[in-house]
Amino acid sequence: MSETPATDTSAPPPDELRTIASSTIASGSDDSRSLTRRRRHGPAWHRFGELAVRVMALTAVLAIVLIFAFVLREALPILWEDSSLHLADLFSPRQWADYDAPVYVWQPVGSVAKMNIVPLFLGTLKITVLALFFAVPLAIGSAIFVSQYAPRRVREIVKPAIELLAGVPSVVLGFFALMLLATWVQDALGLPYRLNALVASMGLALAVIPVIFTISEDALDAVPRQLKEASLALGAREWQTTLRVVLPAALPGIAAAVILGFGRAIGETMVVLMASGNAAVMAPFDPTSSARTVTATIATELGEVSHGDTHWRVLFMLGVMLFCVTFVLNRIGVAVVARLHRKLTAASR
Amino acid sequence: MPHDVRSSAPRPLAAALCAALFVTSVLVGACSGGHRSGASAGGSSTLTIAGSDTMVILAQRFAEAYMRAHPGTTIQVSGGGSGTGIAALVNGTTTIADASRAMKDDEKARVRTQRHADAHETRVALDAVAIYVHVSNPLPQLTIAQLARIYRGQVTNWKDVGGADRPIVLYSRENNSGTYVYFKEHVLADADFATHTQTLPGTAAVINAVSRDPGGIGYGGIAFATGVRAVALVGSAGTPVAPTLATATSGAYPLSRFLFMYTAGAPAGTAKDFLDWVTSAEGQALVEPVGYYPVPRDGA
Amino acid sequence: MKYTGRDWVLFTATGLATLLVLGMLGIIIGVVLWEGAPSISAEFLTSEPTSDMTGGGILPAIYGTVVLTLLMTVAVVPVGVATAIYLTEYAPPHSRLAGIVRAAVQNLAGVPSIVFGLFGLGFFVLFIGRSLDSAIGASEPVWGKPAVLWSSLTLAVLTLPVVIVTTEEALRAVPRDLREAALALGATRFQSILTVVLPNARGGILTGVVLAVSRGAGEVAPIIFTGAANFLPYLPTDLRDMFMHLGYHVYALATQSPNVDAARPVLFGTVLVLLSVSFSLNLVAVVIRSRSRASLRA
Repeated sequence: MSETPATDTSAPPPDELRTIASSTIASGSDDSRSLTRRRRHGPAWHRFGELAVRVMALTAVLAIVLIFAFVLREALPILWEDSSLHLADLFSPRQWADYDAPVYVWQPVGSVAKMNIVPLFLGTLKITVLALFFAVPLAIGSAIFVSQYAPRRVREIVKPAIELLAGVPSVVLGFFALMLLATWVQDALGLPYRLNALVASMGLALAVIPVIFTISEDALDAVPRQLKEASLALGAREWQTTLRVVLPAALPGIAAAVILGFGRAIGETMVVLMASGNAAVMAPFDPTSSARTVTATIATELGEVSHGDTHWRVLFMLGVMLFCVTFVLNRIGVAVVARLHRKLTAASR
Repeated sequence: MPHDVRSSAPRPLAAALCAALFVTSVLVGACSGGHRSGASAGGSSTLTIAGSDTMVILAQRFAEAYMRAHPGTTIQVSGGGSGTGIAALVNGTTTIADASRAMKDDEKARVRTQRHADAHETRVALDAVAIYVHVSNPLPQLTIAQLARIYRGQVTNWKDVGGADRPIVLYSRENNSGTYVYFKEHVLADADFATHTQTLPGTAAVINAVSRDPGGIGYGGIAFATGVRAVALVGSAGTPVAPTLATATSGAYPLSRFLFMYTAGAPAGTAKDFLDWVTSAEGQALVEPVGYYPVPRDGA
Repeated sequence: MKYTGRDWVLFTATGLATLLVLGMLGIIIGVVLWEGAPSISAEFLTSEPTSDMTGGGILPAIYGTVVLTLLMTVAVVPVGVATAIYLTEYAPPHSRLAGIVRAAVQNLAGVPSIVFGLFGLGFFVLFIGRSLDSAIGASEPVWGKPAVLWSSLTLAVLTLPVVIVTTEEALRAVPRDLREAALALGATRFQSILTVVLPNARGGILTGVVLAVSRGAGEVAPIIFTGAANFLPYLPTDLRDMFMHLGYHVYALATQSPNVDAARPVLFGTVLVLLSVSFSLNLVAVVIRSRSRASLRA
């Protein structure tokens, strides 16, 4: 039996439906009630199939719950296990034996384990913000260009090309930053540290740009032509229309894109692991110093801890915190987009 | 007879899925063969070796040569740092753990509780932990005390230790590394590394970084000394000693250490054969080409 | 209309942004091609690594990646397609359950890859694996250690959102008339989905599979602790085996190889292979997507 691709939407593929019809009619005649039931739900395996679909649909929910549960399961005992770790030491500075002031130190391996997670989160935040600083203007700028200015043929080449950047695995971007970008930046700027937050955030920006670009471009493209034409008809210049009419109209989508990019940047592991220098410094405003992110810490140190000891639990706790941060970001993103959408669609009435 | 409606299902997609399922079932079927048991203390002819990055090349050489000499044995080598190897030994996922440092007491205790056997230590090579600087750095020597001050962040310019006027950039291994722990214990006397020390995953990464950084300093096994300069260290006699086979064996070089392979319990079966071979003249002959030094015959 | 000064400013600024982005992509491709192409040969793709991975080939990494993505596809496609079918065909509009499922899919898409690694370790290797071990009474870990099975299941969870979203998009693109015609002729809902909707959505489903495979070939963080290895003297043939992997090989060579300069040709060669695989898969996905869209629109 041949398969007919759906090239004609006005008439359904005849072969398939003919066989459906004939098989349904030929399905035999029992008493009227079971016939109705059979006709509506089909033979037993159809109902089983529907049940299977419904059950499998819950897998995504199950997955999220399990992820949270099992990462939490490994981390939670830290609250009650008897160990030398005081929970306060995870967050607050402490004056250790050979320091002359209270400090935030992450050096978990040694005779005295020092596990303060503040430098790690600071490193993550610093690199993420820097990366967005590079990525957002470039991505939104490109999105504006591709949706508003580029002729159709250019758009059909440029859009997939930038989306191709999304297909570059993050390990390759990390490799690129480590082997090439770091040297170029050091040669150009003469920085003391070759691997630093700046280089890592540039690599990270490359990972985040396609995410922000794709969604922003779709949002900008979806702005109805009437809005743009009305603005032009009223005498606004092209640039005024773009910046003051089209961009605000696409704002929900663009906001979603940026928030998604932020989430992606926070969670990225390989780029920062290879390119940031991994030094747990407390230097919130210095982009040229090294930084150590939460994700790189987990990736590097998890292999060397034995199951169940304090270091293990702290690493899983970091995982729980990462999960919560991205979860909350996700909810915020959805809420922000919904509110912006309401505000903009209400205002247009 | 009506046509089977299911024959209109998408054929290419179904075929692809069927092929994938077939491959999977072949793999599942191979399971019942169960020829890989992994972490037994040598009962099968498969060995897993995991741990020190310092030793991973050496372990691979050992493995390749041993497999050539004893066909039918399979040896699987991975790195990840001495800490990773020891953790794997505790967790039972490796037969042999490579370590570039001695096991600590609490680790030995964990092996005892989890694997119900005492950790057995075998010395497989001698290493000198070299201090590396950029090839353009003219620094003639360093004392251990100076080295400690540098890595604790108390000395920040090369001119303070006899070099050029240039800030010192610190490179270190990650904390899963045996070399890191060894350095912390023997050089820093358990004090912390300076917080701005850049940590890199793997000795090769450290060497690579130092070779590109005129102000850089790093440390690692002597076998990795390409593209960088090893600095002579002042030994207990008060004179600068460069890391060589002679000085490492005699102990004149202050940072010489053994490289170990640990098993849970005395090695048996394939593991025993392998370790005996490694410590024999045949195995030890492979050590120098890699860049390390053979274990002294009289057991120094 | 005529462009004035400020129009040109905006045009140039955004155009420059686009050029910069494209330029960086071009630089990456260019450098990788330049340094990696000399390493590519039939021998490189079909032989084992030698001399501490500074020579020889990358066959085990290619093979391991193929096995991994194959297993992952078998796991993710049925579940992903079923979820998408539920969301588009069965869920009543504004149903709470569908809302929860959608939210879960969105959240799953945002989970960091290293957290998937933690999950894979904590759930698959330690919980399921160890339970299997005690069920079969093993004294040493047989299932409770890193293996290609656990890595592929972890990646299946990671790529689930990709498959669900693209399948949903494809299912929604199937015109309503087709479904209604099938129902009108007496097909059950399930039957109409299986025989009418799915076949017409196969382009989109294939797109999702291809994109998922592309991610599986490139993601490293989830597999570091669940099954990937630096160097194996054998090819994985058993679900409990560890495996080598193209992405992991790049990471290991770039950071842990003994002589990064000597390993440079192999490193760039591996990156080139990995990039070629990812790019061709993405291109295939784009082509399939545009072709199925065109055929439905026609």
